[in-house]
Amino acid sequence: MEQYTLNLLFVGGTFLLYIGIAVWARAGSTSEFYAAGRGVHPVLNGMATAADWMSAASFISMAGLIAFSGYDSSSYLMGWTGGYVLLALLLAPYLRKFGKFTVPEFIGDRFYSTTARMVAVACLIIASITYVIGQMTGVGVAFSRFLEVSNDTGLFIGAAIVFFYAVLGGMKGVTYTQVAQYCVLILAYTVPAIFISLQLTGVALPPIGLFSDHAASGVPLLTKLNQIVTDLGFQSYTEHHTNTFNMVLFTLSLMIGTAGLPHVIIRFFTVPKVSDARWSAGWALVFIALLYLTAPAVGAMARMNLMDTIYPGGAQAESLKYDERPDWMKNWEVTGLLKFEDKNGDGRIQLYNDSSEEFAATAEANGWQGSELDVNRDIIVLANPEIATLPGWVIALVAAGGLAAALSTAAGLLLAISSAVSHDVVKGTIAPNISEKGELLTARLAMAVAIGVATWLGLNPPGFAAQTVALAFGLAAATIFPALMMGIFSSRVNNKGAVAGMLTGLFFTITYIFMYKGWFFIPGTNQLADTPDGWIFGISPLSIGAVGAMINFAVAFTVSNATEEPPREIVELVESIRVPRGAGAASDH
Amino acid sequence: MSENSSNNEYWSANIRLVKFCLVIWAIVSFGFGIILRPLLSGITVGGTDLGFWFAQQGSIIVFLILIFFYAWRMNALDKKFGVDEE
Repeated sequence: MEQYTLNLLFVGGTFLLYIGIAVWARAGSTSEFYAAGRGVHPVLNGMATAADWMSAASFISMAGLIAFSGYDSSSYLMGWTGGYVLLALLLAPYLRKFGKFTVPEFIGDRFYSTTARMVAVACLIIASITYVIGQMTGVGVAFSRFLEVSNDTGLFIGAAIVFFYAVLGGMKGVTYTQVAQYCVLILAYTVPAIFISLQLTGVALPPIGLFSDHAASGVPLLTKLNQIVTDLGFQSYTEHHTNTFNMVLFTLSLMIGTAGLPHVIIRFFTVPKVSDARWSAGWALVFIALLYLTAPAVGAMARMNLMDTIYPGGAQAESLKYDERPDWMKNWEVTGLLKFEDKNGDGRIQLYNDSSEEFAATAEANGWQGSELDVNRDIIVLANPEIATLPGWVIALVAAGGLAAALSTAAGLLLAISSAVSHDVVKGTIAPNISEKGELLTARLAMAVAIGVATWLGLNPPGFAAQTVALAFGLAAATIFPALMMGIFSSRVNNKGAVAGMLTGLFFTITYIFMYKGWFFIPGTNQLADTPDGWIFGISPLSIGAVGAMINFAVAFTVSNATEEPPREIVELVESIRVPRGAGAASDH
Repeated sequence: MSENSSNNEYWSANIRLVKFCLVIWAIVSFGFGIILRPLLSGITVGGTDLGFWFAQQGSIIVFLILIFFYAWRMNALDKKFGVDEE
């Protein structure tokens, strides 16, 4: 069967499945629309959380990042999983006990302040909208590569599917499609990895294969990889080359940001009990870890395969002739994500580090005039099955998996946005007397508008799309996480303290990012150079969220201690969310 | 009053447990994975050192164990102090 037909079958089949689930899981009440009626089994919620969390970035980009920078990318692995420890220990059970529908609602009630609630809504919307752009562009890319339609057509098809199940089913529809999407994406990620691990090391489990011997040479895989990359002037794969302090802060920012992202937090409102929220965070991490333990193996093995392809006889022997390049290179050249330029005109492909001064002499002696192959790191996962010459159905599975990862995260984000608009802004502020039916209709309208905005942004991605992850995590870390944590663990922090803390954290973080990335991401408006030398104390704008969080804590405690104590009923509220008993009653409103 | 003091005890037991788990959380990731990595460089694991393993694999496994350990201990504490859900 032709590859195109296979891709169509796999992608079309999974889409039919999502639509079927949407029809089955329609939402009839606001409780179902916002929290799936609080009847989701903790294991299923764990799966849905994993799909919600693992975006196009986790599925497509992360292994590529690791492949090209090795140990230095470990922050992503630790940061994006370690956040779940914070979520499970510090937030999820208490927010479930609180028993309401949105993150800003908790902040507004606990700090008895509409201002606090609106600041939280603003942070939520900025963080989620910026995050959703990446998902929508990811959908377009996956469609255009695998189904030979234009980027825009792909985006419209993806948006239509999300529209169908998110508007119809709300949290309930999103939850059960995410469970299905998780199954698709994890199969798509692990199946090729298992094949590749078997080919390279003879070990079926990729995380074990990573630390096993390279079958062809008999030396450990990572030793072999270190040797071949350093032979070509690249940095060694396993050593640490960056600033330790910045790496710690970056990892911490990703952890705190993960725990503070509203679309992840609201998933824990869907389980029946407080104890389920604790278990469910564990299950979520089990399902996430399946991908995150595979990713470093995929990265290292893909780099190894790439090097082996270009230098079949090792780094000292002649490299691959361009005319003899494998089919996967031809396929990806068409997309422009892989480029070859024969700089020295010898008809062979040279891939080496041409910015290394130590290696310049060796390169000159070899008659090399610059590295000739430009590999976009995002193709590593998508091209993996082709690089390892796996059967066509594996390639089709990867296409469906990439789409599942992007669509499931997009739906989760859109749900967080629409429930903040309908529940916090409309019901909470503008029209408090709105009926249940009216609110449900508002929620659906808000969802439809959010999908429209996201599609428009996907069609016209702002130039800063790639920078926005820093913004989303920075905001979640510096504003939402500290406010939630203080709301639970301190009964002394009052409305003034919380608002002052969130606003200082917000402005500090945004200012630091804009100083390096340009004001509102307009190129050329940055005051300081975005390079390790230009960073204050070596702190990159990606790592600033953790500092913003500490400033938020400090300001909130100082202001609270200088002003009056919170009223009696707030202290009682804090005491009541700390004990699980009574969670069932709290949800029946 | 007795219910209040029992709730206080429940809460301090919870805080102790959270602190214990977070110390381990920090040691395996920021400690073994990053800051203390040079100290562990003598211990080799599959072609590299223990710090690399913690940074790319070990910390994730420990995080998993920590969350399940916490859920298990907390559910036991809920019962002990009589604050579990009916």
